[in-house]
Amino acid sequence: MHVNVTAAFTSTVPVDALRGAGRPEATYVLERLLDQAAHELGQDPAELRRKNLIPAFDGSESQPGYETQVALVYDSGDYGASLDKVLEMVDYPALRREQEEARAGGRYLGIGFSTYIEACGIAPSAVVGALGARAGLYESASVRVQPTGKVTVFVGSHSHGQGHDTTFSQLVADQLGIPMDDVEIVHGDTDQVPFGMGTYGSRSLAVGGVAITKSIEKIKEKGAAIAAHLLEASADDLEYAGGQWTVRGTDKSIGFGDVALTAYVPHNYPEGLEPGLEFSSFYDPANFTFPFGAHIAVVEVDTETGVVKLVRYAACDDVGNVVNPMIVDGQVHGGVTHGIGQALMEGAIYDDDGQLINGSYMDYALPRADELPRFETDRTVTPCPHNPLGVKGAGETGTIGATPAVVNAVIDALWPLGVRHLEMPLTPQRVWQAIQSANGS
Amino acid sequence: MIPSSFEYHRPASLDEAVSLLQEHGEDASLLAGGHSLLPAMKLRLSAPEHLVDIGRIDGLREIRSEGGGVVIGAGATHHDVESSAAVAAGAPLLARAAAVIGDVQVRNAGTIGGSLAHADPAADYPAAVLASEGSVEVVGPGGSRSIAAADFFVELFATALQPGEIVTAVRVPAPGAGTGVSYLKFPHPASRFAVCGCAAAVTVSGGACSSARVAFNGIASAAFRDAGVESALTGASLDENSVKAAVAGAAEGQELLADSFAGEDYRRQLARVYARRAVLAAAAAAA
Repeated sequence: MHVNVTAAFTSTVPVDALRGAGRPEATYVLERLLDQAAHELGQDPAELRRKNLIPAFDGSESQPGYETQVALVYDSGDYGASLDKVLEMVDYPALRREQEEARAGGRYLGIGFSTYIEACGIAPSAVVGALGARAGLYESASVRVQPTGKVTVFVGSHSHGQGHDTTFSQLVADQLGIPMDDVEIVHGDTDQVPFGMGTYGSRSLAVGGVAITKSIEKIKEKGAAIAAHLLEASADDLEYAGGQWTVRGTDKSIGFGDVALTAYVPHNYPEGLEPGLEFSSFYDPANFTFPFGAHIAVVEVDTETGVVKLVRYAACDDVGNVVNPMIVDGQVHGGVTHGIGQALMEGAIYDDDGQLINGSYMDYALPRADELPRFETDRTVTPCPHNPLGVKGAGETGTIGATPAVVNAVIDALWPLGVRHLEMPLTPQRVWQAIQSANGS
Repeated sequence: MIPSSFEYHRPASLDEAVSLLQEHGEDASLLAGGHSLLPAMKLRLSAPEHLVDIGRIDGLREIRSEGGGVVIGAGATHHDVESSAAVAAGAPLLARAAAVIGDVQVRNAGTIGGSLAHADPAADYPAAVLASEGSVEVVGPGGSRSIAAADFFVELFATALQPGEIVTAVRVPAPGAGTGVSYLKFPHPASRFAVCGCAAAVTVSGGACSSARVAFNGIASAAFRDAGVESALTGASLDENSVKAAVAGAAEGQELLADSFAGEDYRRQLARVYARRAVLAAAAAAA
């Protein structure tokens, strides 16, 4: 593989890593090429993709990770399953029939695909160090059990709208068998939280969530030692479920809250054990995680005005195990909307003097709810094999999958008119001009 | 941003408002709904030293039927216009135009008088008032007068209003029997202002068009009636093909606006498409 990179210094609006950062650009080129190839070969774009997908593997010893040409090893994947599912979601054969009928009636309906893979859960510090990064990319979490049995979690990956309070609380509540209301998540205050690396690249659950889990494991281990002492049993004979340690095969048990209180009021306490119930952990992942999915956009183009109307949008994503489905759906909705904006509306426009001329929301268009269809979302689940939660990350699938799917759909709609390519954003004027110049060739 | 400082006046009557305008001359601006003036002041594009708030003058918001038509007080909000039964019956084009201005919040604050006096070329009312053959009632130091819509919109943000004059009402005559109307708009995806708005009023008799009034906003520096399209439609049957032929020369001879979102050729295309669609919709409503 040969990559030629040209860096340019400009005085235009500063840009930085944005939702997907790198994967949308790479995916856009690949997915546009695939749809273009399918059209030129006269093949169905779904079938052409299926022929080229890597066969399913779960990352176990018998089905090891897939080695790419660029030093990375895909963790696990069942790419065909997500394609099958999204085709089923839209009833693909019926959709193609609908397209034919529309064309016969002079309406330009288009169907666009995107079958993407991306890299999240950054990252093994040694790997990114070898690539030139000047930071470790582990994550941290301190879990403090209060004497009341309530739990405070201090995390390095902070939440700016991703719903970490919910997801992390749910994780802790599930693992400790206590109510979610008993868990408080503290983030963003560097006076309080341990040194962490932050929230980006869909890493918070796959890296930060594992750091929390490691601290919870330590709490359960120490808690078991205290419980064993109080129950006059061996820690090996205890099992932990529903917030209780129970001596296996008996009705002797003690609750999480009693153990927590004992840790801070250690009158009757294991000899040599430190008081308190609080642990910090750092987690440096063994590999990246590789979410994937298949998206389908359906558009109708008004050829007189060039206006693109998004008629349907279906996304089948595989983000590994899911902790909170509603939060994952929310991330997909937001990401898809973001990707649609890039495809159809957004872009900084400068005049010949370098003046930004759409520098306010009176001029810079973003998609709004009334312009979007009801998103159809579903998932396949292929757990990540190298982290204990089996999670991959869910924040950026939309911006990676949506942009090429929407552009592919517009090209598919206009293919009979001779339009072969359009530069983003596909504004009405640009689409209309392309139709004029293609002139039915 | 924060506007530069100004003195605020709230006259209780139109007479008082007129004398405040006389007293402060060019240093004064009228404030009604504030939806165009306040953003301009915050950007310091406008910096009046005196704001004369006519938003609470009694009676200025009144809407009443008159001989089959309607008189709409300048202080009526877009929502008032959109939801008034008197406007729906007497000035249906204005009701259609009001319904697609901005969003609910804007329609609850912005006023018809303010919008007309501001004469933003991308506003929605002007084409509707022109195609309704309405007139603008004003009061000033020299008393009150009525300005036909056709004479009112002069240029970009410029009207036939003289210094010190205040818009008090819009008067719209009865639509007439057998007349159907339609206002269709291509909104800018960010601002929702009209990139092209077309108001059509079509009178049908004996299966053919006996008269047509077609006006545009959004495409040129001021809203205008398209005489060429109107005469091509008059006497034509109103089927798809003849309407398409009649609007083929839409906006011909007009210098059109061009910006990064829509150039001149594209706006001309929108004029043809929206004229055809609006005329066909108006014809269907007339039938």
